[in-house]
Amino acid sequence: MEKQIILNPTHLDLTLKRLSHELIESHNDFSETVLIGLQPRGIHVVSRLKSSLEAILGKEIQCGNLDITFYRDDFRRREKAIIPSVTNIDFSIENKRVILVDDVLYTGRTIRSGLDALLTFGRPSKVELLVLIDRRFSRDLPIQPDYVGKTVDTLISERVSVEWKETEGEDKVVLFTKESNE
Amino acid sequence: MNNLSVDHLTGIKDLSKEDIELIFKTADSFKDVINRPIKKVPSLRDITIANIFFENSTRTRLSFELAEKRLSADTVNFSAASSSVKKGETLIDTVNNILAMKVDMVVMRHPNPGAALFLSQKVNARVINAGDGTHEHPTQALLDAFSIRERLGTVEGKKVVIVGDILHSRVALSNIYCLQKLGAEVMVCGPTTLIPKYIGDLGVKVSHNLREALEWCDVANMLRIQLERQDIKYFPSLREYTMLFGLNKEILDGLSKEIIIMHPGPINRGVEISSDVADSSQSIILDQVENGVAVRMAVIYLLASKIER
Repeated sequence: MEKQIILNPTHLDLTLKRLSHELIESHNDFSETVLIGLQPRGIHVVSRLKSSLEAILGKEIQCGNLDITFYRDDFRRREKAIIPSVTNIDFSIENKRVILVDDVLYTGRTIRSGLDALLTFGRPSKVELLVLIDRRFSRDLPIQPDYVGKTVDTLISERVSVEWKETEGEDKVVLFTKESNE
Repeated sequence: MNNLSVDHLTGIKDLSKEDIELIFKTADSFKDVINRPIKKVPSLRDITIANIFFENSTRTRLSFELAEKRLSADTVNFSAASSSVKKGETLIDTVNNILAMKVDMVVMRHPNPGAALFLSQKVNARVINAGDGTHEHPTQALLDAFSIRERLGTVEGKKVVIVGDILHSRVALSNIYCLQKLGAEVMVCGPTTLIPKYIGDLGVKVSHNLREALEWCDVANMLRIQLERQDIKYFPSLREYTMLFGLNKEILDGLSKEIIIMHPGPINRGVEISSDVADSSQSIILDQVENGVAVRMAVIYLLASKIER
């Protein structure tokens, strides 16, 4: 496996700040807007965006975590059952503007499941999608993000991993490539 | 670990501690789901489940059916009273006929001990035992332990007394296995005639004095006297049983600590438990019923994930 750093800690921080400003541009003071991170990895993006938005706006931003395990379309197509993570949405999303957040957008299937899961909590007035990394030209479904941290062109054999200080020790985004002789 | 070690749920005896913990962890998520405005997930929309009941049931059957529907599975119901079983068809034939209609999973209650295990060896479907005679009732034990865990934080190290008709109770046997696997201490309490002679071999304490047993425990699980299974008289009268083993407010208030009261239902008010105890804040009888749906969803979900496509 060859490793290539797509975003180093400084760039990742800049990207998150830029995304925060983009969000404020279209959502003003966030009075009607909530952030919902998809389990298991989108919640880290949400927690970073939350602190950066709160620092800029000086008010609390409503955030939640959404687990999509039971809404996946690959149940029984996998070797093992997937163990659900915690869903934590302790506010109403009825008529709110919801921003779904995930780390990497690849086939779009997770987001499809996420939309299904989200709608069981009520009817938001609008749903938008924010992803840190968009692996474009690899979609299985017609799903496109509204806010993108960085767009990358990748092969199916490659893997993109977003790592965080809290879990992996350093903030960075890495592209793993299989060596050609493998 | 994220798969059960078994392909069928015929009894708690076959489960490992890890299996039970996996079921509880999954049930936590489903409990969350059934408290949402839309109480349904699409996971099992390509699975068909047959509920086959050769014995009467209200709670268990309803609970299984709700669990199946909340997982989006298709369900067919079958009860012996209105079936060809009356015309002399055997169990295997009945079930194979149902399976020929492309059913993936069977939930069965049967009056004969071992019926679920027998079926799991003979037919090509996942089998869940919803009670087999006086043998086991695994999902009841799971939801009982889940309810204890919910109320007390953990099952490990807790003391649980099971009071009543231990001899005829599948709930008692499944509960003993389940609680012991999770590290709880178990005592059984009842009249000598209703305690099996060799129950001590399972590692449980035995008491014939209700007050003494309640003083020892953290949780009391009150069982119903199963008159329908008793072919001879095991005690002189229900009134005498109630005097010696019925739980009432006076006994409960006389204890040195607050204990939790459970009952697998159906309750015979005024026999094994008085109304004021059944409806008191110490009783978690209705929590058990709510948790039953979540726990059964978890069991069905985990077993269904092992069905090959």
